[in-house]
Amino acid sequence: MQFIDEFRNPTQVKSLLSQIHAWVKKTSFTAEKPLQIMEVCGGHTHAIFKFGLERLLPPEIEFIHGPGCPVCVLPMGRIDACIEIAKRPEVIFCTFGDAIRVPGRQGSLLKARQEGAAVRLIYSPMDALTIAEQNPDKKIVLFGLGFETTMPSVAITLQQAKQRNITNFFVFCQHITIIPTLKSLLMTPDIQIDAFLGPGHLSMVIGTHPYSFICEQYHKPVVVSGFEPTDILQSIVMVLKQFANKQCLVENQYRRVVPDEGNPRALAVINDVFIMQGDDEWRGLGIIPDSGVRLNETYAAFDAEKHFQPKQQRVADDPQSRCGDVLTGRCKPLECHLFGKQCTPESAYGALMVSSEGACAAYYQYRQGEPA
Amino acid sequence: MCIGVPCKITAIDPNQPTKATAEVNGIQRDVNISLVSSGNEQSLVGQWVLVHVGFAMSLLDEEEAEQTLTALNAMQEEEPDVNILFKP
Repeated sequence: MQFIDEFRNPTQVKSLLSQIHAWVKKTSFTAEKPLQIMEVCGGHTHAIFKFGLERLLPPEIEFIHGPGCPVCVLPMGRIDACIEIAKRPEVIFCTFGDAIRVPGRQGSLLKARQEGAAVRLIYSPMDALTIAEQNPDKKIVLFGLGFETTMPSVAITLQQAKQRNITNFFVFCQHITIIPTLKSLLMTPDIQIDAFLGPGHLSMVIGTHPYSFICEQYHKPVVVSGFEPTDILQSIVMVLKQFANKQCLVENQYRRVVPDEGNPRALAVINDVFIMQGDDEWRGLGIIPDSGVRLNETYAAFDAEKHFQPKQQRVADDPQSRCGDVLTGRCKPLECHLFGKQCTPESAYGALMVSSEGACAAYYQYRQGEPA
Repeated sequence: MCIGVPCKITAIDPNQPTKATAEVNGIQRDVNISLVSSGNEQSLVGQWVLVHVGFAMSLLDEEEAEQTLTALNAMQEEEPDVNILFKP
């Protein structure tokens, strides 16, 4: 078992597509009023386009690309605050590759690096701690971002920093939690979502139980899905079966990775380091109540914002771009007037175009040149 | 951001029990195993894990994977006309 190739078997892909064509006929969805499935996670968006799955589905099924790409919802003002810190001469600013090209009002972290700021790409949060130990005369700032998938690894890194008494290490905390984000989406009146593909890797941390409110209060099925072609197609079959059988459940297609109870150790380290507090503003989504994540009092000394006190900036999204409409499923990337013209991966207006998991980047890479 | 890669643990660092070497497609990389270890690190050697930003986040369940594949195969057998849709 290699856990990848087995889930890319073309014969099984064909079989699943035939199942999807058969099951969709047993539902009330039509080409005019299709089943709108939101894939919450940017990893799913990327896989759907990479494997061309959306072209293989019947017209009665439409994907809505959700907000679960933490880079895509980064507000411009927060990037500006990171750049302000990164430009300090005593700072080495460490970021995951996804975030380095996201534009703020003052350009991106990549531009700051070209202008002389010490911005380093890291693979793991632990790499930033190693850099801190190797550079005792510098202040190392880790750009902590991501949903619950990434929070445990940043939390463990902070625990290690505290344990080893490393005082030149800081975290700029830009984490976001998934459940308030989904609640906010579901409470938006003009968004039509019939069902969700639940995020596979985030769910290996939080489990599947936290999604039950989506079924109970909003009557929409959720299937937590893996990322390979047969995973995504099997999850769609599971969603269709629920509609055909008039059920509404949280189901787990990705059992080989996601235990229904999540990873209790990962949840414990999150609770040891972070506190969920306050409302935060997200690009394209606006203010989401209770979505804020901060370092708790025990870790306050590691809080980059407390230490460096960057200017708090709120920058409105460019009114010409439709990032928010794409993020919430109101329009497709090709319907944005800037797409492929002023907004390309090289000169992006929004994060959806620069993040490898962003819907616009996926359209640009795989669907460019098609009519809107 | 949430990309995870299945890797197989090949060795535990004798000096740092939270650190392991894992292999994927012939490439070796360091992996922190503190989120999946229950004290007996050596028992993880040979185990597949899902790695995200250098941390093993979940133990891969081979039995569940087999069950998913079995279910997919069964689906195929139930659908003898599966190729009808794909004929030119």
